[in-house]
Amino acid sequence: MKKNHYSRRTLLKGAAASAMAAAFPAPMIWAQEIKDITLRQFGTGVSNLNEVAQKVKEDLGFTLSMTALDSDAVTQRAATQPDSFDIADIEYWICKKVWPTGNLQAMDTSKITNYDKIVGIFRSGKLTPESTIAQGTAPHTVGFTSGPGGTDFVAEESGWMTLIPTIYNADTLGIRPDLIGRPIESWTELLNPEFKGKASILDISSIGIMDAAMVCEAMGEIAYGDKGNMTRDEIDRTMAIFTEAKKAGQFRAFWKTFDESVNLMASGEVVIQSMWSPAITAVKSRGIPCVYQPLKEGYRSWGGGIGLSKNLSGLALDAAYEYINWYLSGWVGGFLMRQGYYSAVPETSKAFMSAAEWGYWFEGKPAAGDITNPYGEKLAGAGDVRDGGSFNDRMGAVACWNSVMDENQYMVRKWNEFIAA
Amino acid sequence: MNRLFTSPNLTGWLLASPLALVLAAFLVLPILMIVVVSFWTATEFSIVPAFSFENYDFLFGSPVTYSVFLNTFKYAAITWAVTLVLGFAVAYFLAFHVRSQTWQTALFLLCTIPFWTSNIIRMISWIPFLGRNGIANSTLISWGVIDEPVEWLLFSDFSVILAFVHLYTLFMVVPIFNTMMRIDRSLLEAANDAGASGFQTLVSVILPLTKPGIMIGSIFVITLVMGDFITVRFMSGSQAANVGRLISNDIALLQYPSAAATAVVLLATVLITIGLMLRLVDIRKEL
Repeated sequence: MKKNHYSRRTLLKGAAASAMAAAFPAPMIWAQEIKDITLRQFGTGVSNLNEVAQKVKEDLGFTLSMTALDSDAVTQRAATQPDSFDIADIEYWICKKVWPTGNLQAMDTSKITNYDKIVGIFRSGKLTPESTIAQGTAPHTVGFTSGPGGTDFVAEESGWMTLIPTIYNADTLGIRPDLIGRPIESWTELLNPEFKGKASILDISSIGIMDAAMVCEAMGEIAYGDKGNMTRDEIDRTMAIFTEAKKAGQFRAFWKTFDESVNLMASGEVVIQSMWSPAITAVKSRGIPCVYQPLKEGYRSWGGGIGLSKNLSGLALDAAYEYINWYLSGWVGGFLMRQGYYSAVPETSKAFMSAAEWGYWFEGKPAAGDITNPYGEKLAGAGDVRDGGSFNDRMGAVACWNSVMDENQYMVRKWNEFIAA
Repeated sequence: MNRLFTSPNLTGWLLASPLALVLAAFLVLPILMIVVVSFWTATEFSIVPAFSFENYDFLFGSPVTYSVFLNTFKYAAITWAVTLVLGFAVAYFLAFHVRSQTWQTALFLLCTIPFWTSNIIRMISWIPFLGRNGIANSTLISWGVIDEPVEWLLFSDFSVILAFVHLYTLFMVVPIFNTMMRIDRSLLEAANDAGASGFQTLVSVILPLTKPGIMIGSIFVITLVMGDFITVRFMSGSQAANVGRLISNDIALLQYPSAAATAVVLLATVLITIGLMLRLVDIRKEL
């Protein structure tokens, strides 16, 4: 830091940085130049939050510029325009498509301070030593490569990671308990004629087909080899069952965007549908009962992580590692977990959450008081329990991970036929 | 040299060239580009320049294409018929029943008020109105007309066509009103003097003379409905498909060549339809 440039602002920043250094003895770079660095990050909206960029500027000094895109555009950009970004915030199934292009570089886990604390799902694939590994593109299967410059995936923890996990969650069906009036326990209920004209599924083929597969498997109609990588025959049979249901008037509508799913549920047009966790929160915040119903067949899960462009080197690469270490050090984790997502290193996030928040979101305990999200909106009152319970209950019951199939193009065509049927 | 500049030929070319250049750059060139791309092929990440009939093969080989085109025609035909009847009635009322010019202008402006808000807003505002617990259903129930909410009001072909009619009737009213205003009133008096009834005047005098307006309105409505995708998506709850949605799905999946091929087929279809309509009425002659 140059002596003649002291101001209140730089002093504060310096104090914050020293505090960070004391708390997290990560390799830090003490150079004025780091302030001139801009890292360009792009990804889906879910974790591309401006609050994170602001906090990076405060804590680390450099600039993080964010671009939010939808998952199709993210895939295309990561695969075709490696010069247009420094950090890619992508989902693991996108990584499966993009990593072989060689546009991302492997990360040295010895430079990741909290590597040993990252939850097992992203390392061995097992949440606990007894867990079984779910179907689909499980993150650990595309999480490691053979070494620097590798474009392959290896099964074991090789010391070279493709993506550093950042955010993940377990998805299930959302229901309106007040309009259904009885317990819902299985995915089969989505096609139950009792809810004729009151069901919905999302019209995003790669995710919609997985929800459809969860239903068909639960009905006992189809036994899948791997729901995350279906054969043409399995795709045909799945879509046949859903086309028949569609023609019989089972579905009220299909939704494609977050707000559509919220409106369908809040207006009572639909009482049971595929849904994302923040959408449930949005319905509840209007004072309408809505439950993210845990089902006996398990959850469909997804996870995202950040990867480094192959073009990063020198000081910018050091800054990127610093950013990753900061990401896993807890503040972001706390920010995300207070919205209902999970962080890759939950134990560091604990320091950034109140005991009541930690108990509600992570341990599945009844809320000790009002639970608010980072924006101050109330999500739960005293005594409420999170749908699905604790972290281990929810992430331990994952049946399938979001994935990309070998027969992806065929599946997309079949899905379009289903929509047009 | 001097003679060259004063030649009427050159002046004509110079006067026409700005428009010709603008049209060439912003209309002809993009369409040519779409046609070219429609013969390319695509992988998951990139489009590959090629000369291949793959996109057209798939398009014409899939039963979905035919049902979707049929559906598009269905929406266009029903919307056209309804907007024509409504548009004609409104224009007739404005042109022949409202006597004072001030009132005519005022009422005409009244028709345009909904257009002060965006298309999407006008469309989406139907959703809470028609929904299961919406205003329409609760009103009908409180009147005792129905016992249970009517489901087909929303997310159905009915709601799609309702939204289309609401959005596009004005496109029918304006040109019909315009041609009606140009009808020489003495013709109507002559018909009256010759002993024609009101209905006979309408069918034999007014209707033939308003044909160009009807045709212009029809071209607006049919092209708008056939090219639409967002109304169908929102009002059918994504459950129905038309050609526009086919194209938008392809674009979302980065299948630009396939989207271009569909667009080319749609363009050809619309041009043929309009060509047939112009066969019936020579707009240029009658204007």
